[in-house]
Amino acid sequence: MGALAEGLSWLRANPGIFLGALGEHLLLSLTGLAIGIALALPLGLLVARRARLAEAAIAAAGLLRTLPSLAVLAALLPLLGVGFTPSVVALALVALPPVLVNAVIGLRGVDSQALEAATGLGMTARQRLLRVELPLAAPLIFAGLRIAAVQVVSGAALATFIGGGGLGDLVTQGMALLETGRLLVGGIAIAALALGMEYGFGRLERASARWSGTA
Amino acid sequence: MIELCDLSKHWPGAPAPAVAGLTLTVPEGTSCALIGPSGCGKTTTLRMVNRLVAPSGGSIRIGGQDALRADPVTLRRGIGYVIQNVGLFPHRDVAANIATVPRLLGWDRARIAARVEAVLALVGLDPARFAHRLPRQLSGGERQRVGVARALAADPPVLLMDEPFGAVDPVLRGRLQEEVLRLLKQLRKTVLIVTHDVEEAIRLGDAVAILRAGRLVQHAAPAELLAHPADGFVAGFLGQDRALKRLALFTIAEAPRRAEPVPGEPLAATATLHQALAEMLARGTRAVPVVGGGSLALDDLPGFAAPSPGTEARSP
Ligand SMILES: Nc1ncnc2c1ncn2[C@@H]1O[C@H](COP(=O)(O)OP(=O)(O)OP(=O)(O)O)[C@@H](O)[C@H]1O
Ligand SMILES: [Mg+2]
Repeated sequence: MGALAEGLSWLRANPGIFLGALGEHLLLSLTGLAIGIALALPLGLLVARRARLAEAAIAAAGLLRTLPSLAVLAALLPLLGVGFTPSVVALALVALPPVLVNAVIGLRGVDSQALEAATGLGMTARQRLLRVELPLAAPLIFAGLRIAAVQVVSGAALATFIGGGGLGDLVTQGMALLETGRLLVGGIAIAALALGMEYGFGRLERASARWSGTA
Repeated sequence: MIELCDLSKHWPGAPAPAVAGLTLTVPEGTSCALIGPSGCGKTTTLRMVNRLVAPSGGSIRIGGQDALRADPVTLRRGIGYVIQNVGLFPHRDVAANIATVPRLLGWDRARIAARVEAVLALVGLDPARFAHRLPRQLSGGERQRVGVARALAADPPVLLMDEPFGAVDPVLRGRLQEEVLRLLKQLRKTVLIVTHDVEEAIRLGDAVAILRAGRLVQHAAPAELLAHPADGFVAGFLGQDRALKRLALFTIAEAPRRAEPVPGEPLAATATLHQALAEMLARGTRAVPVVGGGSLALDDLPGFAAPSPGTEARSP
């Protein structure tokens, strides 16, 4: 209770610092997520219909996923230096594997008879993609987005180590200055953002399942 | 008209071709039933006609046009295609599934809605009950009928049907065959229909083509096929009772009518000789009365069951 009160009083005293950190955090996360998705989805569409490439993509994504985010950040340091850009690049790399893997699995799981019918009845490749493949793969694709969003929002907390800013700053500063209030506000905000992403994208996922007739 | 000329398909890695040198013509407005054992290349043949599979050799002409040179998308929209495993779109309701090709062709909403109702009724599904169901809310037989309705939706001149009634019960199957038969005659579609069922083949096909291991073994009108199977394989495929099956091709109206009155319930002149024979057996008589007077005698049936040369009742 005492700790929570400390957090609240710090927040009341420093709303500007909090909002600034929150803003940075969101900007980092959303930019990283957007770039990750922008890379992973087209890549997924490209490889999904080719068995060999699809397997290779899934294996590569699995490898990328096993690298600890902190190690990725450290590796990027000599390449891109410190600040916003390397942080966003690292977050994009965090977002990429789940989106790619789920897109590939979702597209490959589309009922082959429905695909045969789509082509056989005279849909162009594009019509087939938009009217059959994407709707049927949508629940898995949205699940991939949810996982990526949660991981990116949590991962963005580490950006502070390479000067990327965000809510992680509050945590590291709180620790350095032994300011429990600041530390706590940072930690709770990061957790709340992650939960919010889980909930928001979870709803999208369920809506897409209804829309695709699979739920 | 569908003309297949020396068509073949060799799947990579397969020891033998799936289809080998198949030459077959389905004249405009007629139907051809493709039958043969599992794996003999029936589906592969249909998929080649629809450009879903590229032939290894040979040519395909549809309505006089070289199908292998045509734009595949345009070609397919002019062909009604019923795939073997139905392949309804699971996320679209029955009405939307049926509307697929009309939508691709850019029909307006009102025309599509009217057409969906019409073809649903045609395959015996009440539009009010079924139009807004999802495929997973249908039985296997209902799904198949929706698949047939979807193929008919844009009123294509050419139909490719791959075992369209495989999952339908025998009674309904008979009714649907009746319906399709009426439709084919009325709309003068050119149809290639695949089936495992000899009775269905002789009922729906103006001609029947029997395939064995990718090769055409015999191509003939049903009456000719049943009377003169080309070899032991065909005879075996048609079954021991092919003479009985042949009786189903003729109606009482086509048989000689005898003047002698016979007691009992009279049969309609549109009944088949197969049905008439069944009635004689059931009644324990050697003749049955016919609606409108006169009778049909057992002694007149052998000529229809298995004609000896020269006495052919209806030569193809
Ligand atoms: N995509 C494919 N790749 C490789 N081989 C194939 C492919 N499709 C079919 N085959 C082979 O071609 C042969 C003919 O298959 P097809 O599907 O045409 O048979 P079918 O006559 O339709 O059989 P059924 O009555 O069981 O449906 C089979 O030996 C099958 O294994
Ligand atoms: Mg088949």
